[in-house]
Amino acid sequence: MKTIRIGAGSGFSGDRIEPAVELAEHGGLRYLVFECLAERTIALAQLARRRDPEGGYDTLLAARMRAVLPACRRQGIRIVTNMGAANPLAAARRVAEVARSLGMPGLRIAAVTGDDVTDRLRGTDTALDEGGTIAALGNRLVSANAYIGAGPIARALEAGAEVVVTGRVADPALFLGPLMHEFGWAEDDWPRLGRGTVVGHLLECAGQVTGGYFADPGFKDVPDLARLGFPLAEVDGNGDALITKVPGTGGRVTPATCKEQLLYEVHDPARYLQPDVAADFSGVRVEAAGEDAVRVSGGDGAARTGLLKVSVGCHEGWFGEGQISYAGPGAAARGRLALEIVRERLRLIGHEAEELRFDLIGMDAILGPPGGAPGMGFEPREVRARVIGRCNSPEEAERIAHEVDSLYLNGPASGGGVVKSVREVVGIRSCLVPEAMVSAGLTWMEA
Amino acid sequence: MILRELAHARTGDKGDISCISVIAYDAADYPRLEREVTAERVRAHFAGIVRGEVRRYLLPNIGALNFVLEGALGGGVTRTLALDAHGKCLASRMLELELAAAGPA
Repeated sequence: MKTIRIGAGSGFSGDRIEPAVELAEHGGLRYLVFECLAERTIALAQLARRRDPEGGYDTLLAARMRAVLPACRRQGIRIVTNMGAANPLAAARRVAEVARSLGMPGLRIAAVTGDDVTDRLRGTDTALDEGGTIAALGNRLVSANAYIGAGPIARALEAGAEVVVTGRVADPALFLGPLMHEFGWAEDDWPRLGRGTVVGHLLECAGQVTGGYFADPGFKDVPDLARLGFPLAEVDGNGDALITKVPGTGGRVTPATCKEQLLYEVHDPARYLQPDVAADFSGVRVEAAGEDAVRVSGGDGAARTGLLKVSVGCHEGWFGEGQISYAGPGAAARGRLALEIVRERLRLIGHEAEELRFDLIGMDAILGPPGGAPGMGFEPREVRARVIGRCNSPEEAERIAHEVDSLYLNGPASGGGVVKSVREVVGIRSCLVPEAMVSAGLTWMEA
Repeated sequence: MILRELAHARTGDKGDISCISVIAYDAADYPRLEREVTAERVRAHFAGIVRGEVRRYLLPNIGALNFVLEGALGGGVTRTLALDAHGKCLASRMLELELAAAGPA
């Protein structure tokens, strides 16, 4: 029975590059997929594109291509990636440049466009899932990108693309596209599209299925995380798969790592809604099949909804933040005093914030006040006082950071290690649009 | 004993929703998890963190429960003031859940 080996070269834009090279060189792959777009990444990329019309794609695109293209070209491994972000055309041009610089004339690159629906939705009364409408966002709207499906990727591969560069595409679709192309799955073969989605979902966060985001010493030990290997799946025509990694790399692939990733960011496992299919994970079986090898089968699917999720980016002001440390006897009391002082200072100077938050890192910053979490009655040796606020201007945000800074000379005893930051806030909301509103297209380039 | 003795967990996020899986190390413990780790108990366990509804999905095939916690991320990953904006640490809090001292006979 024909099987296809498909690997995951990244799980986010900042991911390590060496594991992708290991996969390209030693994975026996037919496809190497780079997933690099978190919810907010594309909105930030839209802002970058406004500053530079040839920008707005992943900043590591060229570095990744330089690293893997030689091995991929040599072995005929085709690359699929959403590193196009807000500008797939410019990204494809950049890939062509890299290929030429590596002496690879004729490399065929396809850019998938059409996910950007900002102009279509601007000013419309399209309802946001969080409440309100797109029109009500006014000029705070930054971007609106639809999660498109695997169809355009499969078509690009059918037409001979060696590299496919997309913008916003549903993450599992980056893997489903090659599988549809290789096995000729119909666009309404729901059970197979469902199983292909299981495979894509397991691989899309790369190291998270090979032992990353998993280790808990004494409970879940993982060897050699500094050399974590990224995953590959050997998929059959039915959509069932073996999940594994390159021998000799760090990490582990076990039923436990696969189960954690199967449910990662999933709400109802029986209805994992994708642009191509409503995937059903509820009957998935996960079985050990040797060292660092796990067999995954039994996924299913039902007809897609016909609606596409749209990720809507909007300006939400600026964060201003300051942190300062206290240590030794009475550390927590001095940290609390520091927070009280900043609170009073912000009142005295008439500071205007949309929201403010005061934390003692080491005491209550993550799990809330000690009353809400058992076992927090201890006195820590070190705490870090943190003040953060969301403001309508960078100047107002800077005043928060400044008030924490001034604690050095004006605050409690022995405070040190101030870190300040002011950063723009681009929030993400979402809405649904009919799939007919989005028409994906392919643009071809050759190195 | 606490849940950590019998299960592992992972947090994911979507907007203002945190999803936390709870997976039995040993499939034989799954029925006990299903009985003891209810949506109501989880909601109480995350009091002060979760503002909305908690839903639970059962996956006996893989010995797992999947929890969806609404209003758990301070208005959403991209705009919350929380230090752990994604709520990645919440799975560890889940594992502190107290179980009955001994399993059923």
